[in-house]
Amino acid sequence: MKEIVAIIRPNKLGDVKQALEAIGCHGMTVIEVKGRGRQLGITESYRGSDYRIDMLPKTRLEIIVKDEDAEKVIDAIVMSAQTGDIGDGKIFISSVEDVVRIRTGEKGDKAV
Amino acid sequence: MNLHGEENNMDPVLNSGDTAWMLISTALIMLMTVPGVALFYGGLTKKQNVLNTMFLSLIAFAITSIVWVLYGYQFAFGQDILMGLIGNPTNLLFNGIGVDSLARLAPTIPTTVFIAFQMTFAAITIALISGAIVERMKFSSWMVFVLLWVSLVYVPIAHWVWGGGFLAQLGALDFAGGTVVHINSGMAALALAILLGRRKNSSLLPHHLGYSVIGAAFLWFGWFGFNAGSALTAGGLAGSAFIVTNTAAAAGMISWLIIDYLKTGKPTLLGAISGGIAGLVAITPAAGFVTVQAAVIIGLVTSAVSYFAISYLKPRFGYDDALDVFGIHGMSGMWGAIATGLFAAPFINSLGTGVFYGNPGQLVTQIIAIVVVMAYSFLVTLILGKIIDRTLGLRVKHKEEIEGLDTNLHDESGYRI
Repeated sequence: MKEIVAIIRPNKLGDVKQALEAIGCHGMTVIEVKGRGRQLGITESYRGSDYRIDMLPKTRLEIIVKDEDAEKVIDAIVMSAQTGDIGDGKIFISSVEDVVRIRTGEKGDKAV
Repeated sequence: MNLHGEENNMDPVLNSGDTAWMLISTALIMLMTVPGVALFYGGLTKKQNVLNTMFLSLIAFAITSIVWVLYGYQFAFGQDILMGLIGNPTNLLFNGIGVDSLARLAPTIPTTVFIAFQMTFAAITIALISGAIVERMKFSSWMVFVLLWVSLVYVPIAHWVWGGGFLAQLGALDFAGGTVVHINSGMAALALAILLGRRKNSSLLPHHLGYSVIGAAFLWFGWFGFNAGSALTAGGLAGSAFIVTNTAAAAGMISWLIIDYLKTGKPTLLGAISGGIAGLVAITPAAGFVTVQAAVIIGLVTSAVSYFAISYLKPRFGYDDALDVFGIHGMSGMWGAIATGLFAAPFINSLGTGVFYGNPGQLVTQIIAIVVVMAYSFLVTLILGKIIDRTLGLRVKHKEEIEGLDTNLHDESGYRI
């Protein structure tokens, strides 16, 4: 099992959800976060002076999938969240040891 | 104010048209402070300080209202004594002011209306100062400052320029408060900002620019009462002051946007409202004296003056005039007072003739008035601020400043979302 963590533009959440539903991936956890990448945020102007906004609002998705579904889900996120401009975000993939469905006690792939 | 001095030759007869217009003007000016200044400043601060910022204006209005009726008006507008320094305070505590008595300096309206009208000027002047000290001043110290400042700075200066004091006797022209309101508040703001020092986080990212747009709109709207009301009558002069006021505000806005385009390539909404306010400030002393054509020039130039102060003087000297009270009100107020000496047209108002109509001496008089008001306001504010700092302390605790003033000073917060 894999955990897929995607940091995306908040306004792309709708597109990403739609793309994931289309491939049958329904479960996800969404968190509003702030952060920055290599460009250290953006600048805004105030009466002629520039100020750096170094923490930008982003949306963080956490999705747990079976190993064989991981590539499909990652592709769907990339396709739907991409604008081609700086600030599109990143996806982190890691292995998950086990999953437990609390209601039934099922474990492993069955619980995903 | 359109004051003819002590030798007023108008017949003291109540005019209901004048009275109605002055009552409306008074209420319009009230809107400038609350909610105008409160929203304008509130939107520009950080979200954890929005309530405190608005509160500074509200409490300033309340304290000034009480001071003004008890003794402020009496000292400012009493018969001149001590060679032009202060008014003779008869009618202290509002005693002996009859319902039907007519204002000595505006003999077609009741004294009570004149007092209320002048009260709103005092209130907005002190409220404007709050923009320089937001996000770091103790609320209790601000209340004490308001009381002392209105009593010892605003009242004497209002007397000198409008109450028949020495600057009025010298012939200084100030229709609605270029010196009394704007240079005065700008210099006091600078003094207090220097005493308080820089904020821990002096970045300026407006938390809700929309508030500021609404605030600026209230200011513009109320300014018609401020400037056209300063004719003290309802007639041609009020109409002239009204139209030049609007013209200068529009020119100021357009001018700031041109500077924005030249400097960064992008027009900013904050620039637009800043330019509009700068135009209103600059036309204030000139409103009842200049032509519409002059108002266009006054408005176009003033944004450059204020933009220069904000983007060059402020970083160069490092004072933390948080919301640019000195930059906009002080600097545009100076330009307006000088422009009045240049453009005052005798066919608009027989009381004022400027350089371009053959009276170069007027510019000298204007500069004397500017320098006197700048020096007095700056020095006395510095002294009052220092006294408060030594006794009560001016600045909030480090922790309170970092966490925000709303929750720490008022147990309230602006947003629960």
